[in-house]
Amino acid sequence: MPKRIISIIQGIGHRAIEGTWQVGLASRFFILVLLKSTTSLRRFGLVMRELYFVGVLSLIIILVSGLFVGMVLGLQGYETLQKFGSETAVGTLVALSLVRELGPVVAALLFASRAGSAITAEIGLMKATEQLAAMGMMAVDPVARVVAPRFWAGVISMPFLAAMFSVMGVFGGYLVTVVFIGVDEGSFWSQMQSNVDFRQDIMNGFIKSCFFGVAVTTIAVFEGYDAKPTAEGVSIATTRTVVTSALVILGLDFILTAFMFRGIS
Amino acid sequence: MNSEALIEISDLNFSYGARPILKGINMTMHRGKVIAIMGGSGSGKTTLLRLISGSVTPSAGYVKFDHQMVHQLNRNALFKLRRKMGMLFQFGALFTDLSVFDNVAFQMREHTNLPETMIRDLVLMKLQAVGLRGAHQMMPTELSGGMARRVALARSIALDPALIMYDEPFTGLDPISLSIIGSLIRRLTDALGMTSIIVTHDVQESLKIVDYVYFIADGVIAAEGTPQEVSQSVAPFVHQFVHGEEEGPVPFHYPADAYGMDLNLESRLA
Repeated sequence: MPKRIISIIQGIGHRAIEGTWQVGLASRFFILVLLKSTTSLRRFGLVMRELYFVGVLSLIIILVSGLFVGMVLGLQGYETLQKFGSETAVGTLVALSLVRELGPVVAALLFASRAGSAITAEIGLMKATEQLAAMGMMAVDPVARVVAPRFWAGVISMPFLAAMFSVMGVFGGYLVTVVFIGVDEGSFWSQMQSNVDFRQDIMNGFIKSCFFGVAVTTIAVFEGYDAKPTAEGVSIATTRTVVTSALVILGLDFILTAFMFRGIS
Repeated sequence: MNSEALIEISDLNFSYGARPILKGINMTMHRGKVIAIMGGSGSGKTTLLRLISGSVTPSAGYVKFDHQMVHQLNRNALFKLRRKMGMLFQFGALFTDLSVFDNVAFQMREHTNLPETMIRDLVLMKLQAVGLRGAHQMMPTELSGGMARRVALARSIALDPALIMYDEPFTGLDPISLSIIGSLIRRLTDALGMTSIIVTHDVQESLKIVDYVYFIADGVIAAEGTPQEVSQSVAPFVHQFVHGEEEGPVPFHYPADAYGMDLNLESRLA
């Protein structure tokens, strides 16, 4: 029995050490990518190409999800607010929920599962099929040529995707409450305008999505580059990207919210 | 072999952790020659290529490439040195997101400022040399195994390197593709005046095209010589390897405890 307990404790310790190692390695890799970004910035065509794959191809899922989330917010908000006779405030509710929280967070979660997993799988497969080794043998640094452009494409597209998610969400809320239910259009928009602050709400949401973009793409490129060069290794890395990204996004969101919105009336 | 040496390997040792892979390897490789490194799977052949390209550092001894100590170079100097090397990976390792043309053009675009029209001409010339000019618009996924390896060969000679290393170039090819790759290696080596190192266990095909053969077994050079010397050798290891015999100095069984011990026969009988 004590032997089993010892082995369980050993297991926990082992995983903790392993996890700490991974965090350390990922942070080092993040700095390495930043240091080797000059090629990407000098030859911006490389980033543009990835922007298409990472950003443009993620648009559909972001826009459609944004629309539905906004519609649900509108419905739920209307149901609750009308009990207090303040259904015209539904515009404010939808907009604030989206720009402060749901826009950056849900867009980042979708981005991690759509683009993050694709980045990990692509880099992992390039490693498994020796493409990265071949590049190194051709005296081209794979971190500068393959990883950095994908990293910057992710970092750049994330805030835009989050913004589009929020815009579609507001439109969805408008569609349900104003067009279908018949809430007064004038008060829907005017309440939203007077209660959503550009600096406090929109800019903070934007800053959040920038943090999420850096976090998700760092995890995605690191997991891909660190993947075991086998089919199984790539599949594990892809899963880890999605799971780790989700946890980091939600954890980071709490920390950022605590700093940003403390004491705002 | 009186031409100038391109690669000198002296007393080279390498181990993964505590497990020694190479033990005291000495080799000299001359310019313009095709050299084969043969040995069973896991004998350290590929590791030797990685040591020559500076991907790993020896635990003792050195590799000198073009009078430079490979393991003492910093990253920039190593990358500069690697521009004189080409490597053909086992399955080609073509960039799957680039077309055949862009694969061959990759190094030219990364390392030179040549105008696009000149790159186009050069790429088509390289592809012509491997007989695949007509396939320049195809994607790597559309190619057969043999074609992919020929494209990879065209890509590795893109900047006219002094050395090309081939990691198992004959694995998984049909007989026609196999002899095409074999004769291409010989022809390109002669035409471009480079040095070729082939790591392989395909004895018959490589003996046809190489100038010199090294056999590696258990991390040491078990035998070496010209193809004629090797084919006529009566040394037990070389004879077993060249003729593919099951019985000989290379055992069939991986080292293990006594068979009876593993099956617990002793304890059952006791």
